[in-house]
Amino acid sequence: MENSSPKTTKKISGILYNQKIAPYVFVLPFLISFVIFFASPVLSAINMSFQSVLPGQVEYIGLDNYKKLWNPTFLKALMNSSKYTFYTLLILIPIPLILAVFLNSKVMVAKNFFRSTLFVPALTSVVVAGTIFRLAFGELEGSLMNTIISYFGIEKQRWLGKENLAMITLITLAAWRWIGINLLYFMAGLQNISKELYESAEIDGASTWDKFLRITVPLLKPITIYVFTISIYGGYSMFTESYMLWAGNRSPNDIGLTIVGYLYRNGLEQNNLGLGSAVGIALLVITFIITITQLKFFGMFKKEE
Amino acid sequence: MGQEEKTKWSLNTVLLLLLFIVFAVFALFPLVTLTIASFKPAQELMRFGLNLKISPEIFSFKNYTYLFSGKSLYLTWYTNSLIITAVFTGLCLFLSSMVGYGLAVYNFKFRNVIFALVLVTMMVPLEIIILPLYKLSISLKLINSMWGVILPFVVAPLPIFFFRQYASGLPKDFLDAARVDGTTELGTFFRIMMPLMAPAFSSMAILQALFAWNNFLWPLIVLRTNEQLTIPIGLATLLTPYGNNFDMLISGAVMAIIPILMVFLFFQRYFIEGMTAGGVKG
Repeated sequence: MENSSPKTTKKISGILYNQKIAPYVFVLPFLISFVIFFASPVLSAINMSFQSVLPGQVEYIGLDNYKKLWNPTFLKALMNSSKYTFYTLLILIPIPLILAVFLNSKVMVAKNFFRSTLFVPALTSVVVAGTIFRLAFGELEGSLMNTIISYFGIEKQRWLGKENLAMITLITLAAWRWIGINLLYFMAGLQNISKELYESAEIDGASTWDKFLRITVPLLKPITIYVFTISIYGGYSMFTESYMLWAGNRSPNDIGLTIVGYLYRNGLEQNNLGLGSAVGIALLVITFIITITQLKFFGMFKKEE
Repeated sequence: MGQEEKTKWSLNTVLLLLLFIVFAVFALFPLVTLTIASFKPAQELMRFGLNLKISPEIFSFKNYTYLFSGKSLYLTWYTNSLIITAVFTGLCLFLSSMVGYGLAVYNFKFRNVIFALVLVTMMVPLEIIILPLYKLSISLKLINSMWGVILPFVVAPLPIFFFRQYASGLPKDFLDAARVDGTTELGTFFRIMMPLMAPAFSSMAILQALFAWNNFLWPLIVLRTNEQLTIPIGLATLLTPYGNNFDMLISGAVMAIIPILMVFLFFQRYFIEGMTAGGVKG
């Protein structure tokens, strides 16, 4: 940042004719930020996870924090985050992929309009989205969702009060905010598939379905893997959605508690930085294992890729 | 033959159109209901929930006039959000473009190592470092300040990655010409290469501004007093287990979306490029 003032720029300009030194000046902001705001916090998180951190009194307690994680509340948070990730993957990969193919097809009209419209929810903050969904999925008879299901003859529900319904609410919120984004990713992927492939397939008499399965899906693999990976990260680190739906980190029986919610509760609300850090490291390990497994499953580590 | 094919096409078109209309309604419906609710008194919302009913006798601008009346802190939050978004975006683009450019243009010893470190920071969920970062912010006296919100994330890996990709595609001739003319390396970057990277700047500006405007978890931790809050944090404080301040919350939420929506309408192309920046190379 010091480089931003013209005076300093002049002072060090002599050095800057030197092409050997210049690149280090360019990457300096990253190096500084990496050391202060990334590497040291990561190391500190690992370190704290083996400590009991009380004001003025820090001691190493070995694996105690990790042992304490084996409790019903954390396991519930882990379960909730895992379910949430699983269902978001189940919805937010196939639906946007198919929508992207449809939107890209020759027979579709008003492509840009729909692409933009479906993207609009992604512009809202989770806070705004959470506010809307908290009200729409309220337990009042006149709330939006209860009105909708009443048309199908279903009685009003306490959406945010029951475990399964709470998960449905969270997934709907995720679907609402993310379909448009993932759609964009898949459309970007489709741009890279050459039209000639489809044309030559047509000459060989391939049906639309054949073309989709044999050309589109395999060639979208790189972007699918990317979307898969960011969805796993996003799913496991979900916090704000649940924070907003239940006005703070307090859902009945912890039906909306996530791993990061548990981290927030222990580390910040109860000021137990040691346990909170252990939760963070656990989260890191979990996302890492799942991502590696997933990449292996998709054959990302094979040479041919 | 030709006729037949055409009818088949238009049937498909109609079906696709219907499908997309369903999704478009799903996308816009919640925002429409929110906007409708913002013109109703809060008691109405508490009694009947969020719904589509529009009745002229209860329609009013009262929620909005309250927001801007000075009786609430909303204007302060709005100003804080605007300042943080502007400063964050400006600094982020400036610093990240430098780093990305450095990594793209020069061949130096630690180039690959540093680029690998950039990728590592992308791979670690930021949530795991918030506790140590919180401790660090206390010792650096960054708590409850705008700089506390901005500094830890201002050199962001995604823009670095994006600028690096973009700068790799720039013609090297300009660079050589500038060197012959006796321009410094930094000078070359600022005066010649940076303007060439303008499209990359537009995409990243929008992406980073959206991030800063909507950012929640970190500002929630750093900002402590009501006067320092940004819009998302401020709005979240209105929801409490002891009662909700819906008058302000709903209209405040609508006002929070409006600037983004405006930018989106005018700069859609850059939005889309910025959003897909990470995935294109996937």
